[in-house]
Amino acid sequence: MSKQAAIPMITEKEASFDLVKLTGWLKTIMLPVIGLVVFIGLWNVLAKNIDTSLGQFPGTTAVWQQAKVLVDEHYTQQSKAEAFYERQHKRNAERVAKDPNYQPKIRAFTGAPTFFQQIWTSLYTVMVGFVMASLFAVPLGILCGLSKSSYAAINPLIQLFKPISPLAWLPLVTMVVSAVYVSDDPMFAKSFITSAATVALCCLWPTLINTAVGVSSIDKDLINVSKVLRLNPIQHVIKIVMPSSIPAIFTGLRLSLGIGWMVLIAAEMLAQNPGLGKFVWDEFQNGSSESLARIMVAVLTIGIIGFILDRLMLQLQKWVSWDKSATLR
Amino acid sequence: MTFKHQLELTQVAIDFPTPKGPFTALTDVNLKIQKGEFISLIGHSGCGKSTVLNLIAGLYQATTGGVILEGQEVNEPGPERAVVFQNHSLLPWLSAYKNVELAVKQTQTGRSKKEIKDWVEHNLELVHMSHAADKLPSEISGGMKQRVGIARALAMEPKVLLMDEPFGALDALTRAHLQDSVMEIHSQLGNTVIMITHDVDEAVLLSDRIVMMTNGPSATIGEILSIDLERPRNRIELADNPQYNHYRHEVLKFLYEKQRKVESVDSHRKSKSAKGQPGSLKTG
Repeated sequence: MSKQAAIPMITEKEASFDLVKLTGWLKTIMLPVIGLVVFIGLWNVLAKNIDTSLGQFPGTTAVWQQAKVLVDEHYTQQSKAEAFYERQHKRNAERVAKDPNYQPKIRAFTGAPTFFQQIWTSLYTVMVGFVMASLFAVPLGILCGLSKSSYAAINPLIQLFKPISPLAWLPLVTMVVSAVYVSDDPMFAKSFITSAATVALCCLWPTLINTAVGVSSIDKDLINVSKVLRLNPIQHVIKIVMPSSIPAIFTGLRLSLGIGWMVLIAAEMLAQNPGLGKFVWDEFQNGSSESLARIMVAVLTIGIIGFILDRLMLQLQKWVSWDKSATLR
Repeated sequence: MTFKHQLELTQVAIDFPTPKGPFTALTDVNLKIQKGEFISLIGHSGCGKSTVLNLIAGLYQATTGGVILEGQEVNEPGPERAVVFQNHSLLPWLSAYKNVELAVKQTQTGRSKKEIKDWVEHNLELVHMSHAADKLPSEISGGMKQRVGIARALAMEPKVLLMDEPFGALDALTRAHLQDSVMEIHSQLGNTVIMITHDVDEAVLLSDRIVMMTNGPSATIGEILSIDLERPRNRIELADNPQYNHYRHEVLKFLYEKQRKVESVDSHRKSKSAKGQPGSLKTG
């Protein structure tokens, strides 16, 4: 009797436990999915009702098709490139066989960059700009945090330059790069340098400000410890200042990378750096019936990459942060 | 070279600049301390105890007068006057071992790797913290953090160990344990110790002399009480010792009769005529 009574009790317990698990799962998985589904529904409904001069605004199907087309184009282009290099190699081998003194020339494939190559260019450009900005902003931020006088001197400049749009910088940067970066055999394209420099100019501010705040709010006792130990200024920065302000610095870096990625697209459009910005611009100028769908693919790609970059920075932040109890998101 | 007094404070006064003019925190502080003495500084909050300690540490500079340690004027902080801060102030990103190691590497140049390791371990052993050497400060209790803080200070081989209310943030039981540890270490190493405290029992139990400070502004040393109790001292036995209770009584009398602090009246007067009064400055 008692045994029989015990059995349903256990299953009941299990059932309630499952229910808790289920609601947890619903919250973490289902709610975002519901949000996404509602968004896609609204998008498709609205798209049907918007007629532009380039045809109807693309819905999900059109965008998906163009995404597939872009992938196909990439592979077609790649096989073309492979064929090109194979031909070239063969030709060179033949000429060397005829004339042993012949120095074979390798010519690069000159086909248009594919969507994936453009993504890569964009990532590369934003990283160069971001790293340039960080290498400048972190030391300057530390200086501002350590010395009130230098902060007082630099702060007005920060406030002045922080709100400037990349589009305002771009003409100036373009002209300066053209004037200063003169070389017969340029290692980098001017459009690349212009884009990276514009990214750097716009994304150094959050890192600078956060680093300065982080450094200036170091526990006074830790500074006294440093004094008692007679750490010299460099040791002080390395052993005390940098570790204590790592969380603040990384908050700044994350914000900076986010801004940098946003700025990059605009910079590439105007500087004609062959990345995602140029892709969007070219499709816009092209004005075919697929253009809007292709732009939409780029827009979503930009969003996804921005999200991934932020998550990567978050992981990096968690990895370097000594305060493992702090919630980072 | 031996000195009659290891540490001398002579006519020390310190002014802090405020928008309303200089604020005199301390005046006429004269104190001579012998090697190996355990000195407590006691007084109401805001009386400038910490200021005295910071002056000896070299973190503040006296406006007039000066501090002399073994014949040399103190004018900057240094490891021979190691400080144990009130809230441990360990570097939160370093383990207990690494915290002590940083101090050793920085102040004990000329030691080999092996010697550094041994010395760090020895000092952690001294405060009974060997078992938690690899723990981060966030992973150990307040009392343990303070132990590591003391180990770090001792590892610098200070001539004078300065402790700024080292047990102020700890609960009574933990505090008693740490007081016993400090007495044990003091009897082993014979360092000169200067400790700030609010706690009358702590002062009487640990000290050779208790320096009682008058209330600020313009605080100075009111009385100095010598504690002639046999060492090692045992808190349980002393509880019934008439001599011990006499000392306690003396300190309490100084704090609550002679230097009674009447904050409510003070603040009342300030709010009534909020002009001409020197700006209050937190120095305690």
